[in-house]
Amino acid sequence: MSGVDPIALLPYLVLAAAIVAALLAIAVRRDHRLSAGLCAVGLVVAWATIPVAALHTPRQVTPLFVIDSYALFYLGLVVASALAVALLSYAYFAARNDEPREEYYVLLLLATLGAGAIVASTHFAGFFLGLETLSISLLGLIAYPRRGERPLEAGIKYLILSGVSSAFLVFGIALVYTQFGTMVFAATGPFAGHPAGLSDLYWLAGLAMILTGIGFKLSLVPFHLWAPDIYEGAPAPVTAFVAVVSKSAVFALLLRYFLAAGAFNAPSVTLVLSIIAVLSILVGNLLALLQDNVKRILAYSSIAHLGYLLVAFLAGGALAILAVSIYLVAYAITTLGAFGVVALLSRPGAARDADRIADYRGLLWTRRWLAVTFIIMLLSLAGIPVTLGFIAKFFAVTSGVGASLLAPLGALVLGSVIGLYYYLRVIVAMVLPLPEAAEPPPRAAAPVLGGAVMAALLLLLIGFGLYPAPLLSIIRGSAVTLAAAPHAAARVAVGLGR
Amino acid sequence: MLLAWLIFIPALGGFLAWPGERLGRDMPRWIALAALAAELALLIAIWAGGQGGTWLAETDRPWIPQLGIAFRLDLDGLSLVLILLTIGLGILAVAVSWNEITERVGFFHLNLLLTLAGVIGVFLALDLFLFFFLWEVMLVPMYFIIAVWGHERRVYAAIKFFIFTQGSGLLMLVAILALAFAHRAASGTFTFDYFALLGTARHSAIGFWIMLGFFIAFAVKLPAFPLHSWLPDAHTEAPTAGSVILAGVLLKTGAYGMLRFVLPLFPEAAAQFAPLAMLLGAIGVLYGAVLAFAQDDMKRLVAYSSVSHMGFVLLGIFAGTALALQGVVVEMIAHGISTGALFIVVGLLQDRLHTRDMRLLGGLFAKVPMLSAAGMVFAIASLGLPGLGNFVGEFLILLGSWEVNLPLTIVAALGLITAVIYALVFVQRALHGEPRDAAILPDLGRRETAVIAVLMAAILWLGVYPQPLFDTAAPGLADLRHPQAVHAAPAARAP
Repeated sequence: MSGVDPIALLPYLVLAAAIVAALLAIAVRRDHRLSAGLCAVGLVVAWATIPVAALHTPRQVTPLFVIDSYALFYLGLVVASALAVALLSYAYFAARNDEPREEYYVLLLLATLGAGAIVASTHFAGFFLGLETLSISLLGLIAYPRRGERPLEAGIKYLILSGVSSAFLVFGIALVYTQFGTMVFAATGPFAGHPAGLSDLYWLAGLAMILTGIGFKLSLVPFHLWAPDIYEGAPAPVTAFVAVVSKSAVFALLLRYFLAAGAFNAPSVTLVLSIIAVLSILVGNLLALLQDNVKRILAYSSIAHLGYLLVAFLAGGALAILAVSIYLVAYAITTLGAFGVVALLSRPGAARDADRIADYRGLLWTRRWLAVTFIIMLLSLAGIPVTLGFIAKFFAVTSGVGASLLAPLGALVLGSVIGLYYYLRVIVAMVLPLPEAAEPPPRAAAPVLGGAVMAALLLLLIGFGLYPAPLLSIIRGSAVTLAAAPHAAARVAVGLGR
Repeated sequence: MLLAWLIFIPALGGFLAWPGERLGRDMPRWIALAALAAELALLIAIWAGGQGGTWLAETDRPWIPQLGIAFRLDLDGLSLVLILLTIGLGILAVAVSWNEITERVGFFHLNLLLTLAGVIGVFLALDLFLFFFLWEVMLVPMYFIIAVWGHERRVYAAIKFFIFTQGSGLLMLVAILALAFAHRAASGTFTFDYFALLGTARHSAIGFWIMLGFFIAFAVKLPAFPLHSWLPDAHTEAPTAGSVILAGVLLKTGAYGMLRFVLPLFPEAAAQFAPLAMLLGAIGVLYGAVLAFAQDDMKRLVAYSSVSHMGFVLLGIFAGTALALQGVVVEMIAHGISTGALFIVVGLLQDRLHTRDMRLLGGLFAKVPMLSAAGMVFAIASLGLPGLGNFVGEFLILLGSWEVNLPLTIVAALGLITAVIYALVFVQRALHGEPRDAAILPDLGRRETAVIAVLMAAILWLGVYPQPLFDTAAPGLADLRHPQAVHAAPAARAP
């Protein structure tokens, strides 16, 4: 490491420093506000140093990581999402003062650092390092309210399944290494450096294992079984973190790997991914129909959304990079918003979060702004204008049509129609009048910070939904280095005309 | 940017009307009326200051340049008359909901005005992305109108409405994108501009399938047999103002889409598809009429009569002759007025009687003579009595289809007879006969009389002197006809 490397790594260094500071602070004084504040400040500063790091992109820092504009874009997304989660967590835990809450923020920072490492990886070792940092911290976060049964149960489920998937991943990486003798992404593709005709057997078997591990993290069908239980059991802000930060980081990595290794050129791989996409969309949407629990509905809907993302992903050109990135941004904002509402509605001391549909009955008439926010977030998930979710779905469809992916597109249309039904169910509950007999709910105003986060998310969602051009140009700038990867070059020519 | 204000004014009005309810229960209503009045004034100003030619005004701003998407609005005669209809029915909808909607008045008017803003935008947008955007925008507020203020089975009806329209809308989205990619393959630029895409489908092997994507979306909205099943539920369960806007305005977006997009973008494919589309139209005419006859619920009767009338519209659009297209425009406006009026009459009856079931009605002429007379006038307009607007539209459509497809024209003409049956059955069962009980009911109030009088004057004017309407819409229509009809066009003149 030399010269400008520390500058390129500045956001990461800030995050690491924040972790240490938060740990030390706990040693000195246990104070919820102090720990949360340190965490938030660390995230804000890390976010603010991203433009500084951007001055030196692209820069390969050790063989494991590259700091390019793509990595920094996703780091920005991850850190901003983590900040939203931290603020929501503060609101969520503020009134739950019967157990220690300070370590939560250390784990949150640690998980963010792991996610940040994933998006910058160009090497399987870097990926695995980041992924384990993320997963182990997540385990702590999920089971954090240790007096509750559900969080503990969810934590143990996550521990076991995450361990199994990591094992698959490591074995897959080993197989890839067997074939190529390296773990650098760019050197481990179907046509990477060995004459055509040679068997890709190890690589294919290895990739299948790796995709199993990644499919687990992304909760794609058939690796989705953990998602509903863990979404339901974890505290709402943690659920948001699992849904947003861990999934978008891993998806960003998947895209980077496929472009660097030229894996889009292997028809068998894209076929498998198409099948996974179709299954995720259909299974996710159909199972969501059967749920009465809002968190579970959002879990299944997230499975379906990852399927839509795969449709955008499979197109594999410059357009796909654009579509995937904008979809992930929309997905992050929307999911944070939706779980934010759940978190803000949940009452301290209750055995469960506010996650039954019945909890939302008449919300529009009792807590207007929270309900309006939730309605708009759900409409965004359904892909209705004037939200960013609509723009994102538009890009996913554009990407699919451009690559003539008929079956995944058909599933996308069908899935969106099914999806409407359960989003509308929740919305209907909110607009229905309150049942006569019901006691008026306690008029607790939303905490200021939580309210501010929701307002910011809402503004972003509608602002970019109406005028996405600035966001698109940022994303375009971020994709430059990716698109310039050797194997991607041929496909980029197929990208947009202007 | 004047055209953009046509969309923004109702939307802004809506966002003022919602908090406006804190200033008094009627405040949202006055804000809504003020916004619509301002809208009308602006539209007339644009019309008066028109630049001549087919397009009266236009706005073109870059919006999402990365994908060649522009904020492009254009106003021609066809859009103009449909927007006038929208504003007019919007004002009436505010008036008729004055007594009916008493809960959450502000939120109701927000939704009403947002629906109108979306519809007006649909009539203006000539960038295909923007068109689709606004097409979707108008759904959500309409959904809320049905789901919150509707009748007994409102939630079911609202969700059905939403899913039908949204699902078919996604097919249209795929079609729009396929068209844009076809254009890029041919010319190298990625754009959603209507005028740039006009000639594209001609060279595309999948032009027919792309056309079908558009057609299905519009056919659901129109609605055309067999995609109509959302309509009776949505119309019946919506509050009166919602039914008026649905029948009067939202259905017209389907017809407008076919006129504006299906015919000009896919001339060959549309010509190829025309016999089937006309067949669906003719079936719709008869099917709607027969089902209307079989209903006991007055609102369902009116809803099915809409299916029948829209069958004529579909027939006329795909006949594609100058006469038929002019008939389509008149039929759209006349149906907006007569069906809107029928929904208002039924709504007023329901307010007084708390039922829409004709088995429980009868003898209303003796109790509410003015209201019953209004019901009879609009029922007769609906059956196509000469001298009232619907007759002009249906007559022209049949005349224009005659030379294109004789057998289907004859089948559709039978619809004029079935229309007489269901309209008169309505009059007989609900209005004639002996009163069932001695309860005293209030007849039309002042505001209600004014609403009915305006509608009667409009339908009469359309029936007696529709020439101004032809003159306004004609330049826009001239560009829409597809080749099949071109040979017949020069000889055909408006009566």
